[in-house]
Amino acid sequence: MQMIRFGFIALVMLALAAVPAVATAIDEPFYISLFTRMLVLAIAASSLNLVLGYGGMVSFGHAAYLGLGSYVVGVGFYHAANDGMDWALNGWLHLALTIIIPGLAALLIGAISLRTRGVYFIMITLAFSQMLYYFFIGLERYGGDDGLSLWYLSDFGSVMDLNDDSQLYYLAYGLLVLVLFILYRLVNSRFGMVVRGAKSNERRLMAVGFPTYRYRLVAFGISGAICGVAGFLMANQSEFVSTSEMHWVHSGDLIVMVVLGGMGTLFGPVLGAVGFLMLEQYLPELMEGICHIIGGNSCGIAGEYWKMVFGPLLILIVLFARGGIDGLLQGKVGRNV
Amino acid sequence: MNWILLIEQTLNGLQLGLLLFLLAAGLTLVFGIMDLVNLAHGSLYMVGAYFAATFTAWTGSFVYAVVLTLPATLLVGAVVEIVCLRSLYDRDHLDQVLATFGLILFFNELVRLVWGPAGLSVPLPEFLSSSLELAPGLIYPSYRLAIIIASLLAAFFLYWLVARTRIGMLIRAGASNREMVGALGVNIRFLFTIVFGLGAALAGLAGLMAAPISTVEIGMGENVLILAFVVIVIGGIGSIRGAFVSALLIGLIDTVGRAFLPDVIGGFFDDEFADAAAPALASMSIYLLMAVILAFRPEGLFSARNG
Amino acid sequence: MLKRTITLAAGAAMLATTAMAADPVKIGFVTTLSKGPAVLGRDMRDAADLAMEHIGARMGGRDVEIIYKDDEINPGIGKKVTDELVQKDRVDFVTGYIWSHVLLASYKSVIGNGPMLISANAGPSQIAGELCNEDFFSTSWQNDQTPEAMGEVLNQLGIKSIYVMAPNYAAGKNMVAGVERTYKGEILGKDFTKWPDQIDFSAELAKARAAKPGAVFVFYPGGAGVQFLKQYAQAGLKETIPLYTVFTVDAISLPVVKDLAVGSLATQMWSPDLDNAANKKFVDGFKAKYGRFPSFYAAQSYDAIMLIKAGVDAVNGDTANKAGMRAAMKKADFGSVRGDFTYGNNNFPIQNFYLREAIQNDAGEYTVKTVKTVFTAYQDSYHSKCPMQ
Repeated sequence: MQMIRFGFIALVMLALAAVPAVATAIDEPFYISLFTRMLVLAIAASSLNLVLGYGGMVSFGHAAYLGLGSYVVGVGFYHAANDGMDWALNGWLHLALTIIIPGLAALLIGAISLRTRGVYFIMITLAFSQMLYYFFIGLERYGGDDGLSLWYLSDFGSVMDLNDDSQLYYLAYGLLVLVLFILYRLVNSRFGMVVRGAKSNERRLMAVGFPTYRYRLVAFGISGAICGVAGFLMANQSEFVSTSEMHWVHSGDLIVMVVLGGMGTLFGPVLGAVGFLMLEQYLPELMEGICHIIGGNSCGIAGEYWKMVFGPLLILIVLFARGGIDGLLQGKVGRNV
Repeated sequence: MNWILLIEQTLNGLQLGLLLFLLAAGLTLVFGIMDLVNLAHGSLYMVGAYFAATFTAWTGSFVYAVVLTLPATLLVGAVVEIVCLRSLYDRDHLDQVLATFGLILFFNELVRLVWGPAGLSVPLPEFLSSSLELAPGLIYPSYRLAIIIASLLAAFFLYWLVARTRIGMLIRAGASNREMVGALGVNIRFLFTIVFGLGAALAGLAGLMAAPISTVEIGMGENVLILAFVVIVIGGIGSIRGAFVSALLIGLIDTVGRAFLPDVIGGFFDDEFADAAAPALASMSIYLLMAVILAFRPEGLFSARNG
Repeated sequence: MLKRTITLAAGAAMLATTAMAADPVKIGFVTTLSKGPAVLGRDMRDAADLAMEHIGARMGGRDVEIIYKDDEINPGIGKKVTDELVQKDRVDFVTGYIWSHVLLASYKSVIGNGPMLISANAGPSQIAGELCNEDFFSTSWQNDQTPEAMGEVLNQLGIKSIYVMAPNYAAGKNMVAGVERTYKGEILGKDFTKWPDQIDFSAELAKARAAKPGAVFVFYPGGAGVQFLKQYAQAGLKETIPLYTVFTVDAISLPVVKDLAVGSLATQMWSPDLDNAANKKFVDGFKAKYGRFPSFYAAQSYDAIMLIKAGVDAVNGDTANKAGMRAAMKKADFGSVRGDFTYGNNNFPIQNFYLREAIQNDAGEYTVKTVKTVFTAYQDSYHSKCPMQ
């Protein structure tokens, strides 16, 4: 089974690498932006996977770091456009700040949240993300809930041009590979062992003398920083920043992606993000098609109710395919703990 | 400071708090006893409101609608428990969050399919549609007083049920040691279905009481769900007493914040800043409260086991 | 999906040589079809379907196809479906857009990429001002216009002081700014309430009562409006302080709140009782087909389809001739349901604004009637910032 699994994952990564070329060849540029979204969310889901899958910390507020990352780009654009501060568009600066600011925010939020356990942790992370959500809605200067349209994207000079969809795609692809590499090194290091160990038996680790709180906190901070990078890409992909990306339902979506793909596995979140967006894109059309086949009338409407199928599908995955897509590839059906 | 205004705002806060308590009570009951995180609790609130609207339209009476809505939401709750949630009790919280997240999506679409996208309205019952003059100058809508009284009655009923009856004893016993109660010959599965149905009925009660003052629309449950979670987390999950205290606390803080923050901030800073900062702060205030309380008391105000 | 599969199966060769006349004119329609505001989206879609019926689904000798997409009130989703319409479905026009933030997010996906963009509701100041474009037209209004008209109404009625309430988000603040711009009396208090999930307005209403204003002005769209109107009446304020609103009392909320809103006054650029042939055909047709009154969302969507038809007709279906379509659309002579209007330099309407009162008519239906004309040929205040002349 391992061969199938590695083969499948390699195939997915290779296929992803070929997207812009194929999309250009068949003249369907829409697929470039669709797949860029997949890559961006794959990075965000991977960052969540570090705390959720490996560390057992169920953060219900990761949309906040995604939002913070995209607002770095938005605020930079705003000052470049309105105050003539051209340096505020500098892509390297954006990239650096989208690591630093969400990372620091995650450290701060984590420092308080990690004092709690279980459901309290789920809810306090949610509370902090709601606070940020309302904060940005009230921040009229940067558009409030109207958001900001980005007329210029992060500027990387002659190195690359993010207005070119293919270049943006490969930047996202490269960053995803880099993130996966970092995560791989991280979880297999001594640091990663402690974080993973704290998930299953924190007391024992503390008894041996590991300050697990500090390890978990650092993992939480790193996760926030990586999620911020996804926010940076998201802003440049959608050419827009908005508070609605920070809404708690999006934190829920990220959790769904991680679980759909397979928690605590390196490639699980990538498969999850791809699967999630595929469902979002094609489930409506699939339902419409099935409606036509069974001969229903007004089938155009059927697709609009896709969430009615998606919801129960989610429950079925939780109940019967706990390992997600990655678990299925390994031939595991049922619980995967 | 205007005293009449202050009293009126306190009553408003009390009323909001009590409404939140009804929602939170069901949530914390289910959590404390079955150890189940139920995100779909807001959907039951929505279903309750839709039932209330439909039954009011059918029978032409809000009172009949109340009588019909409670068993109907209890039934919906029991069905949901049997079909879907029963197998989640011994799963971890993440699984429960996900599965009930899926339920939210399902319920929203189901309601749209059944009732259509247009919101519904529940007219106020005739005898509650006026305002009362509680004191000279203090005019208060009688329906809001009715909410306060009905919620207090529900709270007392709940206290009596849990603390004074045999079912309550089983519920408490089931919460502390599920296997033992089962071994003593109590049908624990049935007990859990009843408890979940009771929680659903409480959510339905909150939904039907909110229906005449709010819009009955798709997604109305998601907005209050988060508030209800804040309430039970501050109160200490599983503690009904904690939920009661923290619901009132949140109702009061939220109302008083909205009522007086603009003036307070306006007193220190210029108007433009106050216009921007006060609503944002008022929106954030309850989350701020929750973060502060959890930072100092990671298990909430009341620990679950003595509620 | 199936249709596209078949098209693909028919071969790329056919795609390359598609006879243009055989192809339908494609219109993408982005609106909200799920969640609470789905009711607004339904009104818009019903109106567009009605318009299609009235024109026999043909424009400039070609068939017309409308592709509806749901934005879920989320700018990110709105932008995604707009991209899909432009890049994948290759539509000739994109229209719809209830929300300013969704329109702003999607604007760049359409403008400069081929299709023309017609907003059937949202009218953010940025697009009326510096971001204006020859490929963009509005069949609605600029956000500030309606509350500006309301400020003028309050002046004309000699109301000395008002209390203002609106949700704390961008459109809410625009509405309040609009009233403040034209209203000359005193504003006793201002509350920006939590958006989108404030369930209870009692705290703010108590303050409003205590302030003893001559009138209360509010903006609460969609479901929040229903909620507000109910609570306003229940607090006993309906009898004591007159209520003036924008985008709050409409054909969506009136059948829900009924008597609680009767008597309240609102400004709008359209009303179901406006006396012109196009409006009569539209309102009667809508009521006959759907059994309810159309809202202004519906009226603007109906106009959007008619505006597109005017453009496509003028070039005999040659949608590649954009200059010809633009010129025809700019004339605004398609027979709007609001009566005659013209387009300003920024392609926003210069139009009349009316004061409407919520009533129960002789047939027992809840609707609005026109009280008087507040502004004639009123232009938005951002047009001077638009570089187009």
